[in-house]
Amino acid sequence: MAAVSLKNINRTYLKGEVKALQDINLEIKSGELFGLIGPDGAGKTTLFRILTTLLLPDSGKATVAGFDVVDNLWDIRKISGYMPGKFSLYQDLSIEENLNFFATVFNTTLEANYHLIEEIYVQIEPFKHRLAGDLSGGMKQKLALCCALIHEPEVLFLDEPTTGVDPVSRKEFWDMLDRLKARGITIIVSTPYMDEASRCDRIALMQNGEILEVDTLEGIIGRHSQNLYAVNGDNRYELMKAIRTYEGTLSCFAFGEESHVSLKLNEDANEGLKEHLLHLKHSGLAIKKIEPNIEDTFIKLMLEKATNV
Amino acid sequence: MSEIVIHTDKLTRIFGDFTAVDAISFDVAAGEIFGFLGANGAGKTTAIRILCGLLSPTSGVAEVAGFDVYKESEEIKKHIGYMSQKFSLYDNLTVKENIHFFGGIYGIPRKELKEKTNELVSRLGLNNEADKLVGSLPLGWKQKISFSTAILHEPKIVFLDEPTGGVDPITRRQFWDMIYETASRGITIFVTTHYMDEAEYCDRVSIMVDGAIAALDKPSEMKKSFGAKDMNDVFLQLARGAKRGD
Repeated sequence: MAAVSLKNINRTYLKGEVKALQDINLEIKSGELFGLIGPDGAGKTTLFRILTTLLLPDSGKATVAGFDVVDNLWDIRKISGYMPGKFSLYQDLSIEENLNFFATVFNTTLEANYHLIEEIYVQIEPFKHRLAGDLSGGMKQKLALCCALIHEPEVLFLDEPTTGVDPVSRKEFWDMLDRLKARGITIIVSTPYMDEASRCDRIALMQNGEILEVDTLEGIIGRHSQNLYAVNGDNRYELMKAIRTYEGTLSCFAFGEESHVSLKLNEDANEGLKEHLLHLKHSGLAIKKIEPNIEDTFIKLMLEKATNV
Repeated sequence: MSEIVIHTDKLTRIFGDFTAVDAISFDVAAGEIFGFLGANGAGKTTAIRILCGLLSPTSGVAEVAGFDVYKESEEIKKHIGYMSQKFSLYDNLTVKENIHFFGGIYGIPRKELKEKTNELVSRLGLNNEADKLVGSLPLGWKQKISFSTAILHEPKIVFLDEPTGGVDPITRRQFWDMIYETASRGITIFVTTHYMDEAEYCDRVSIMVDGAIAALDKPSEMKKSFGAKDMNDVFLQLARGAKRGD
């Protein structure tokens, strides 16, 4: 049985003016670590709120562990853990009080389920009497995760847990998710950081309320081949402007120290590009063919979407 | 070397028994794109608040746009721009009203402000949206307007505190095109980000660890000296050694 299933889910806001989710179809397998990847406004939070029974869809059918989000909401609430994007614990309760509160709500105790959260909790336990409102960002994140895990959920929903978090803490957080996955918990996590896609079993790329693609990272990248080159040279800003004036250029965007240039297919366009740039007196040029990464692919899908509309 | 617009020497800020900023020394030149990186809790926000004239240091020297942070903080505020993801535009004002409001605060004369507003609106391609509420616009547009508003008064320096969080990959890069264009006009860019690929877009980058500057160089040189393939790798090597949790 699928851990999560969505069939033709639609949701609008402001009397239909904002289409937050448009005809979403998705199946997430039990035990999967599944990523919803997309920028703000893609519909990630709306999707989470529907699956956690906090928001009704306008139409369509969605289930979590076989339970319908409209008809069986109390069953879903018992078996899911939810960490919202906005810190939503009680700021005027201590770490320990927050945990006891959530344990009690779900008819259990901190002592009985201590083993479920131990690995994460030991990192904040020395401060257990500190008020949640006085914690740093990283500690709040760990406490919120403990509160979402205390009732031993089958499915864990994490809405942008790593947004605004530095690269070291982000890596640690994903290592923690790997260990939770090993226990068999289904994890659905959203993120605006494309590089985190590589930490998921499968991902859905989302944009403006729609799913652009669902598959493994390799599967999605492999399906959208590009004639892609990494270009390096002096005076990057002028260089990028010059690349965009070349007739064979489809798109040119900065990627780290290089610029990634998508050229028209089936064409020896890179030689032409080099000539074009040399003609414009650009120096220090290095052009090499590269394989696209997930961000290149996302950009390509966005551009295709924009031209098809 | 061109004109120095930010100068600090052993700049320090202590809160009680906690040294948030620990004797940092660096210079930033006019027109430079300077990346100010660090882990959560490393002391970046405290340092930025000092440089914006919002917080007095405990000791050390800091001059911004030629003004002393101890004695001339009001002058500093007039000569800088500031934009962050959190502090942005008013959602319930229109695009034009927002530009007028912020331009007015920075003391741009009414007549000049009117011209500047029209010029800005057409440069951003927002002629059809100029009288719409900002709240109804996509995040990426808001950030472009917010940035343009922060430099409307032609400041010496603009501070950008995680300006691109949450936006899509194309808008994020278009935002950097705006940064490059602004820097090429001689305005200094002082930017923080958690996207390590954006660190590579900077002329120079500093990485703070536990209140001190652990590394400061061009991204290419920094990668060389750390034997790292990219800036993410440099960051992980440096910040992993941090004693101070956030």
